Formats: sequence, C-alpha cells, structure tokens
Amino acid sequence: MSQKFVSRGFTGKRERAGGQGARVPPGQHLVSDFPVLSAGPTPRTDLARWTFTIDGLVTAPVSWSWADFQHLPVQDFVKDISCVTKWTKLDTRWRGVSVDTLFEHVELDPRAVALIASCDGGYTTNLLLSDALNGQAFVAYEYDGKPLAPEHGGPARLVVPHLYFWKSAKWVRGLRLVNKDAPGFWESLGYHIRGDPWKEQRYTDD
Amino acid sequence: MRRPLEWQIATVKAIAQETAQVKTITLVLPGWTAHRAGQHYDVRLTAADGYQAQRSYSIASPPERPGEVDLTVERIPDGEVSPYLHDVLVVGDAVEVRGPVGGYFVWEASSGGPLLLVAGGSGVVPLMAMLRHRAAAGAKVPARLLYSSRTLEDVIYRQELEALASRDGLEVFHTLTRGQPKGWTGYARRIDQPMLAEVSGPLGTAALAFICGPTALVETTASALVQLGLAQERVRTERFGPTGT
Repeated sequence: MSQKFVSRGFTGKRERAGGQGARVPPGQHLVSDFPVLSAGPTPRTDLARWTFTIDGLVTAPVSWSWADFQHLPVQDFVKDISCVTKWTKLDTRWRGVSVDTLFEHVELDPRAVALIASCDGGYTTNLLLSDALNGQAFVAYEYDGKPLAPEHGGPARLVVPHLYFWKSAKWVRGLRLVNKDAPGFWESLGYHIRGDPWKEQRYTDD
Repeated sequence: MRRPLEWQIATVKAIAQETAQVKTITLVLPGWTAHRAGQHYDVRLTAADGYQAQRSYSIASPPERPGEVDLTVERIPDGEVSPYLHDVLVVGDAVEVRGPVGGYFVWEASSGGPLLLVAGGSGVVPLMAMLRHRAAAGAKVPARLLYSSRTLEDVIYRQELEALASRDGLEVFHTLTRGQPKGWTGYARRIDQPMLAEVSGPLGTAALAFICGPTALVETTASALVQLGLAQERVRTERFGPTGT
C-alpha cells in the first residue's frame, strides 16, 4: 500500500459517485451501462437441450430441464455488482432461483464445503458454500425485466453479487459439490480464490 | 516463484502521441518483471486528500525490453484516469502501478499459431504487444492482423505495422469504417463474416485467434470465427466498451 504517494495534479471526478460513494468498493468506479466481458465466444444453447444439474457430494444428483427450471420458486433481486475490471453498477434488477431453493432438492454430503459452477463454453468458477447459501447466490434468467441476453450470460447465469462478478458465471449449467475449495478458470489464471470487492481481493495474493 | 502483485512507483520516461486521442506512455519500473504479451497493468491515481481511482491499461511493448513498459492509452473525454494521463502527466512524473496482470488473453512465441489477430480501435494495443514479441523473439508463426479503425488518422502504430508486415509471415489488413482516403484499397466497412473468411481463410481453421475491441466487434468476430470452423477454445476475447473511462 502507498502511504503518502500523491499523483501530481490529480483531483478526480468524485461527483461520479453521486452521493453513493459508500456503496462503491475500493478501486471501483460507477457505470450506468452494463459492460460485457468474457474470455471467448458467446455460446448459443438450444433451450430444448438446456439442463441444470447439481451433482458431486450429494446423496443423489438432480437435473432440471429449462421448462422444469421455470417452475422453481422465483425471486426478484436488486443488487449492486462489481467487476474486477473496476466498474460497479448499482441496483441491478434480476429474476431467478436462489441457490438455497435449488439445494432444497438435494441432500448435501457433510464433506461438501465448496462448489464448482460449470458452464457452456467450458468456464468454471469456485465458491465456498458459505458464499453460496443464505440468500447470497442465485441462478438468474431475467435481467431488468427481460430474458437475460446471451452476451450477459443468457439463458441463465449464476449471480453472486457480494463477490467480484467473474464469480457470477455466465451460461451456467451446473453446480458440483466438492470437499475442497479449488480454483476455477480465472482463479487459476492469477485472480483471487474468493474475490471480495470490499477487501479488494482482485489477484491471487491480495 | 509467485509473489504478490505489489503497487510500485514507476517513472514516466517518455510520452508519444500516437493519434489525436491516443498516447503511449513509457514507464520505468523499479520492480519490473517480464510480462506476457496481452497482459495489462493497473494504474492507480491518488489525490492529495487520499481519494483514489484505478483503471487497467494494456501493455503495448514486448517483454524483451527489461525494466520498462509502454502503456498505450486512449483518451476518454468524460473519463477520470485517461484525461489525467493525457493532459496532466509529463515526463519525469511518478505513477503508481501494479502488474503484469492477466493469464488467458496472452500469446507467447511458444504458444504457436497460426495467429489471427482482430482489433477494433485501441483494442489493437495488446495485439501489438503480441506482434512486437513475435518479431523480437524471431518467431516465424504465420500471423494476420485485421484492424478496424474509423479513419486512417485513427490507426494506431500505422507505420510500425507497415514495417512489421514487410517481414516474413505477417500480413496486416485495415478496414476504415467512417471515411477512406482517396484511392483506398483496403476494406471500408465494419468487420463481418465475409471479411473474416477472406482474412482468416489462408490460416486455416487451426488458427489461434485473439480479438480485442468494442463489444459489438468482439461478439460479431468471435461468433463468425466459430461459424467459420475455429475451435471455440482457440478464440480468445478481450473487450472494452464505452465504459472503461
């Protein structure tokens, strides 16, 4: 950390926070648009072949079709989101199924401490169960009142708003329960294993 | 050996105007480590009262220049960090940075090819690092760059790209979307699938593709390349949009 470093002549554009500065994590700035970031091509999945599966350390795996998934109890979420590329967006409106609701359909093995989310396109990300339960994570399929656009992760993405947004895996297709928190895609490529924006856990050893 | 990415205080060694809105800032780093072409640095500005702002900027230089990096920065008119870097920063100033960062949108000579690079605007910066690295490492991997700019005056690194393209194995294709000089023989439209088919065709479907630019360009290009037969895991994208101010 720099204690006394000052950038000569820098004052900043603080009005950007618009009185909402307390909601913006360190090193982040507010945006009003919704930037798109991903590591590769946007996958296009036929809804007729879409499934969502919970497996790994559960007594019996469970899988839903798209139609079945639509019948799960749905919730609306209004959340602030922060991307490790430094933007923060306030009051984003989502509709989806909470991970708690999904887990009501499986019996967790007591050894399960973490999960790996897997996605169309091969992306993965890891989450501790303590970051996934109790209303902290959901699988969203609507954004701002409309079906989630493919470039934003549609048909469905994980949303874990209290962590950097790479944890909110686009095109998510399943959660695998595991007995050890092991790095996913970005976590293996220099990004932090947990990614708490309020602790500025951007890179591996932050 | 892994070590935390510490903030360090770099010194501005040189500032070069690339185009009307783009400058390259050469930083000397006390804790320089070799980057991989395609990676970026985080820049953090601190006001006298402690207020801070951070942004990421792609490295333009190859890793074969120990002790320093070039960051090429587009000035975003309503931005917070890029106007400072353009309008206030002078040679000799100190800048707080940490990096290099990024582990997927990277190319090293050992990564092989053939290499297909597609850029929009200042999205060319990390791709330029790859081409400079390719040249510095003496790599003979066949490479093609398709580069979309608004006008000829907006093309960054134009002369250096010409010089690089006169060497073995690299071809550069420009498209100018908003205006073309008299006698222009390059492309004159937004990047589309037929253009990508023409440019990528000779490289075959085993090409390794890196795409960087605004979201619409990246979406179009990545989808088209998959349709043209490239494996999706060999199509790597990095995006910037109107955000990134």
